[in-house]
Amino acid sequence: MATLELAINEGIAAPPVQRARRLGPLFWMAIGWVALVFAVAILAPVLPMPSPTDMDMLERRAPFSPDHWLGTDGLGRDELARLIYGARISLVVGLCAPVIGLTIGGALGMLAGYFRGRFEALVVGSMDVLLAFPPLILALAVTAYLGQSILNLTLILGVLGIPAFMRVARASTLTLARREFVIAAEALGATHARILLRELLPNVMLPLLAFFLLGVAVTIVAEGALSFLGLGVPPPIASWGSMIGEGRESLDVAPRLAFIPAIAMFLTVLSFNLVGDTLRALTDPRQGAL
Amino acid sequence: MSGSALLSVEDVAVDLPTPRGNLRAVDHVDLSVGAGRTLGIVGESGCGKTMLSRAILQLLPKKARLSGRVMFDGQDLARCDASALRKLRARSLAVVFQDPMTSLNPVLTIGTQLIETLQAHLELDTASARKRSVELLAAVGIPAPEQRLSQYPHQLSGGMRQRVAIAIALSCEPKLLIADEPTTALDVTVQAQILDLLAREQRRRHMAMILITHDLGVVAGRTDEVAVMYAGRVVERAPTTALFKTMRMPYTEALLAAIPKLEAAPHTPLPAISGRPPDPTRPLHGCSFSPRCRYVDGRCRQEKPALSDAESPDHQYACFHPIRIAVGGVT
Amino acid sequence: MPGFVARRLLYLLPVLLAVSLMTFLIASLLPGDLAYVILGDQATPEKVEALRHDMGLDQPIWWRYLGWLGHVLEGDFGRSFRTGQTVLQAVAERLPVSFELMILAELIGLAIGVPLAIACAAKSGGALDRFMTSTAFGMLSVPTFLSAILLIYLFAVELRVLPATGYVPLAEDPSGNLRFFVLPALTLALAEWPGIMRVLRSDMIATLQEDYIALAKAKGLKPSRILFVHALKPSSLTLVTITGINIGRLIGGALIVETIFALPGIGRLLVGAIYTRDLIILQGVVLLVAAGFVLMNFIVDMLYAVLDPRIRHGHT
Repeated sequence: MATLELAINEGIAAPPVQRARRLGPLFWMAIGWVALVFAVAILAPVLPMPSPTDMDMLERRAPFSPDHWLGTDGLGRDELARLIYGARISLVVGLCAPVIGLTIGGALGMLAGYFRGRFEALVVGSMDVLLAFPPLILALAVTAYLGQSILNLTLILGVLGIPAFMRVARASTLTLARREFVIAAEALGATHARILLRELLPNVMLPLLAFFLLGVAVTIVAEGALSFLGLGVPPPIASWGSMIGEGRESLDVAPRLAFIPAIAMFLTVLSFNLVGDTLRALTDPRQGAL
Repeated sequence: MSGSALLSVEDVAVDLPTPRGNLRAVDHVDLSVGAGRTLGIVGESGCGKTMLSRAILQLLPKKARLSGRVMFDGQDLARCDASALRKLRARSLAVVFQDPMTSLNPVLTIGTQLIETLQAHLELDTASARKRSVELLAAVGIPAPEQRLSQYPHQLSGGMRQRVAIAIALSCEPKLLIADEPTTALDVTVQAQILDLLAREQRRRHMAMILITHDLGVVAGRTDEVAVMYAGRVVERAPTTALFKTMRMPYTEALLAAIPKLEAAPHTPLPAISGRPPDPTRPLHGCSFSPRCRYVDGRCRQEKPALSDAESPDHQYACFHPIRIAVGGVT
Repeated sequence: MPGFVARRLLYLLPVLLAVSLMTFLIASLLPGDLAYVILGDQATPEKVEALRHDMGLDQPIWWRYLGWLGHVLEGDFGRSFRTGQTVLQAVAERLPVSFELMILAELIGLAIGVPLAIACAAKSGGALDRFMTSTAFGMLSVPTFLSAILLIYLFAVELRVLPATGYVPLAEDPSGNLRFFVLPALTLALAEWPGIMRVLRSDMIATLQEDYIALAKAKGLKPSRILFVHALKPSSLTLVTITGINIGRLIGGALIVETIFALPGIGRLLVGAIYTRDLIILQGVVLLVAAGFVLMNFIVDMLYAVLDPRIRHGHT
C-alpha cells in the first residue's frame, strides 16, 4: 500500500540524503486542494446543485451543459453532485479509519517501545500475525458477512491500519526513550505514566501525525478499490470508487465518467501524500525533540 | 629544496559551500615531496590535512572547489581528464585511509578487492593475479595468506585489515603513497607495527610517502620533512630533525608539549592547548592561532603572518614571534 | 549458519499457529449459519439440525479448531461443499495464474525501477534524478484500479491492441497467454516500480558516500565496476527485502487486478468463496496465503544472510 509502506521501508534502508526541506509551492497547492475538497464536502447540502440520486433517464451520459456542469452518468444522475457527495464519503472514511489505527496502534507502539520485554514481543508478534493476512481479503470478508455499510468499512480499514501505526510509534519511542530528557525525568522520580504522557507522547505525536496523513491517502485508495468492485460503500451512495467502477462500463462511449472521479481521487490522494511526506521529513525523531 | 619534486602542491585552496557560508578547508598551501622521500603532515582534527590529501588525490566531495595546481610527475592532476587520472591511480598514486573497517568493502572478499586492483591496471589473468595477491599479503606480514583471499574484512582484526589496505595500496607499485592517519583507528600495540611496515616498504620500493597524522610523535624518526598545519594553512615546515630541535611556531611547541613523555613523573598534568581551532566559515583577520597562543600580541591579531624562510630555505614558519630557543633548553 | 536458520524457524511456528487460529475464528464466528446456506430453500429446522450435527457444527469451537488443525497438519484442508473440490485442488488450479501474474509484475517492476534507481543514484541531484523522483512520487498516488482503467482505455478501447479480459493457460498457448497477462502485469508493475526505485536509490546514495567507495575510486577502478559491484551489492540487501515483501504482499493483494481482468487466480477464488459462503475454501486458502506470506519473509531473511556475510557470521 504505496507511500505508507515506503515510509516504513525507508527506515530499513539507510537514511536518505538530507535536503533543506522548505514548504514549496507544491505543498501549498496540496493544502489548497485538500481545503477545497473539505469545503465542498462540508457545504454539500447547501450548495445549489441537483441531488446526486435524482435519475433523469432522458439525459443519460449527457455532455457538459449549464444544467449539469459535468454532465450526467449512466443513470442520468448529475456528475458534479455525485462527485461532491463522493468526496464526503472518501473524507469520512479516509479520516475516521486511520484515527482508529492512530489511537490504538499508537498507544500499543508506545507502550511496547517503552516497556520492552515480553510485552513488546507479544505486541510485535500479534501485529505480525495481523500483517500476515492479505488486508483486502479481510476487509472483504468482514463487509460481506457483517454487511456493507460505511461504519463497517471504516472499522475494518481502521483495524487494518493498526500494525503500521504501531511500528511508527514503537520506532519513535525506541529512539526517544534513550534520550537524556527521558532519563532525566526518571531520575526526578517521574512515574511511567508521567513519562509516557508528558515526555514521550508530544514527541512521538509528530511523526505519528505525519504518518496519519499518509494513512488517509492509503485509506481513500482502499475504500476506492473496494467501492470500485462494488464491495465497499453500499449503492446508491456515491463514492469516487463506485463512480469509477460504473464509469468502466462506458469507457468506449463516455470515458469522462470514469476519468473525472479518477482525477479527483488522484489529486486528493496525491495532496495527502505530499503533505504527509513533507511533514514526515520535517518531524523525523532522529533529528531532535521538543 | 630538491630540484624536481615528484609531487608539488602549488597554492592549493579548497572551498566548500555550506549553509552557514563558504568553508575554506585548505588555505593556499604549498608543499612538495621528492621521489623516495617521506613528508609528514601534522595537525589537529579539522586543520585541513584530510581535505588536502583528498585534493591531491582528486577525491574531493562534489561540492568542493579546488584552486591551484597539483603537479605530479609533471602533470597537473587538477586538469587531468577522468580516464588519464584513472590510469595514474594505484600505479603512481595510492592511498591508505584511516579506518580499514570502513575503507574496505564489507561484502566483497579480500581477494576480490586485491585482484580487481591488479587486473584494473596490470594485464594479469586471474591465476597470476591471485598468486600476486598472496605474495602481497605475505609481504605485509599477514599469516596464512591463501586463506585470507576468501575471507571478508570483518573476519580480520583491525591491524590485519590495515595491512590488507596497505597491500592493496602497494599492489601496483605506486610512486607515491598517501597514508591518512593510518594508525589512528588501531590499538596502540599495533600502531608501531603498521608504521614500521610502511617505513620498511617505502625504503624497499623507493617510494615517496606522505604520512598524515595528528600525533607529532608518529613523525619523529619516520619522516624526512614535516609540515605543521593549522586552520587550513601550513604554519611551519622543516626537515624533521630541525623541526624537533629548533621549532619556531608556538603551535608546534604546544603540540610537542602535549605528547605524554615517558620520563615525566607520574600524574604530571599534560599541558593541553586551551581553546579551540577557529570556525572555518568565519576566518580570523590576524593569525588563526592568536586566540590560543602564549606569545600573542596586538600585531598577531591584526595581521596574518606569511610563511617565510627568514633563516634558512629549508625551515619555514608563519609567525611574528617565533620561538628562538632550541627545544630541550629552558623556555 | 544452521543456528541462525533454526532460530528463525522457531519464531515462525508460533506465528503460523496464531495465523491458523485467527483464520479459523474469522471463518467460524462470522454470522450466517452455514447449514442454512447449504440447504438454501430446502431448509427446515430438522434438516438444518441434522446437517449441523453431520458437519460437526454443534461441537464447541475449540474442538472444531483442533479437529481442523489436525486435518490440516495431515494435509487435508477440507473439501468445498459447493464444487466438491478439495481446497488443495482448487488452489493448485489457481496458483499458476496468480504466480505468473506476481512474477511478471515484479519482473517488470524491477526492470523499470532498478535501472532508474542506479541512474538516479549515480547522478543524484541532477535533472533525471529530480524528474524521476517526482514521477515516482506521483505514481505512488495512483491506485491500482486507476492504472488498470487507464491501461484498459488506452490499449484495449482506443488502440485495441490488447485484450481487456480473458485467460488461456500457458501450456496451451504461450503467446496468447502472455497477451492476456500484459495489461494486468503492467498495472501491478506500475504500482511496484516507484517503491523499488525510491528505496534502492536512497540506499545507493548512502552507500556511494561510504569510505570504501572513495577507496575504490582511489584505486582507479572503472566507474561501472564501482557502481555495479561495489555500490550495488551492499545496497542489494534492501532490494531483496523490498522484492520479497512485495511478492509476499502480491500473493493476496492482486485480487483487484485479477477481478478487473477476469484472471482465474487465487484472489478471485477467495472473493468467490466469500460470496458463496464457502467457508472451507475460505479458511483453507486464507491460511495457505498467510502461511505463504510468512514463509516469504523467512526466505527474505535467509537471502539477507547470503548477501551480507556479516549477518551469516553473526556480526551486525
